Amino acid sequence: MIFAVMAALLVTMVLTLLRTFLGPGLYNRILAINTFGTKTVLFVAVAGFLFGRPEFLDIGILYALVNFVATVAVLRLTHYQELVSDTEGGEGR
Amino acid sequence: MSVLEVLSGVLLVAGALAVLTGGVGMLRFPDFYTRIHAAGITDSAGAGLILLGLLLRVDAWDTAVRLLIILLFLALTSPTATHILAHAARRDGVPMWREGDPRR
Repeated sequence: MIFAVMAALLVTMVLTLLRTFLGPGLYNRILAINTFGTKTVLFVAVAGFLFGRPEFLDIGILYALVNFVATVAVLRLTHYQELVSDTEGGEGR
Repeated sequence: MSVLEVLSGVLLVAGALAVLTGGVGMLRFPDFYTRIHAAGITDSAGAGLILLGLLLRVDAWDTAVRLLIILLFLALTSPTATHILAHAARRDGVPMWREGDPRR
């Protein structure tokens, strides 16, 4: 049962990384990385139950926090990208 | 096999199915916004069902509390991140896919 769930999570993580590599544009990649982070949290939780070590759930909580903060920070940087290129690029960029 | 184990297995298999569906949909949908829909399926239904299925298997009390913390945190932050992402893409001028357009 748990093995089936772990296999499904691994296959989904591989598909998400594939979308990260070939996704056109920036936002597809950010979406794929965010989904990959959520899947990592689920994978860590399921692996903790498989190995009989529920202490892995703390790592899952921390990873969920870091994933959300990283997504928001990267989106803030993409929003400032055009401002930075406008002020530093001069004319003709 | 008690009733709780059977129920937990059903929830885990349903969650794994939802996760796989969203993963396949992220590759097959033609557009960024439709891919957001597929990712939302994995974030809400997949994560919720898998964590509820694990919650029926716990022995200790603090493990259940940690699982509930993860569930609440994902339920709060995942729609927020998705909304911020769609808003940023819409503001950046990512075009919407109409029927008959080529896949992007």
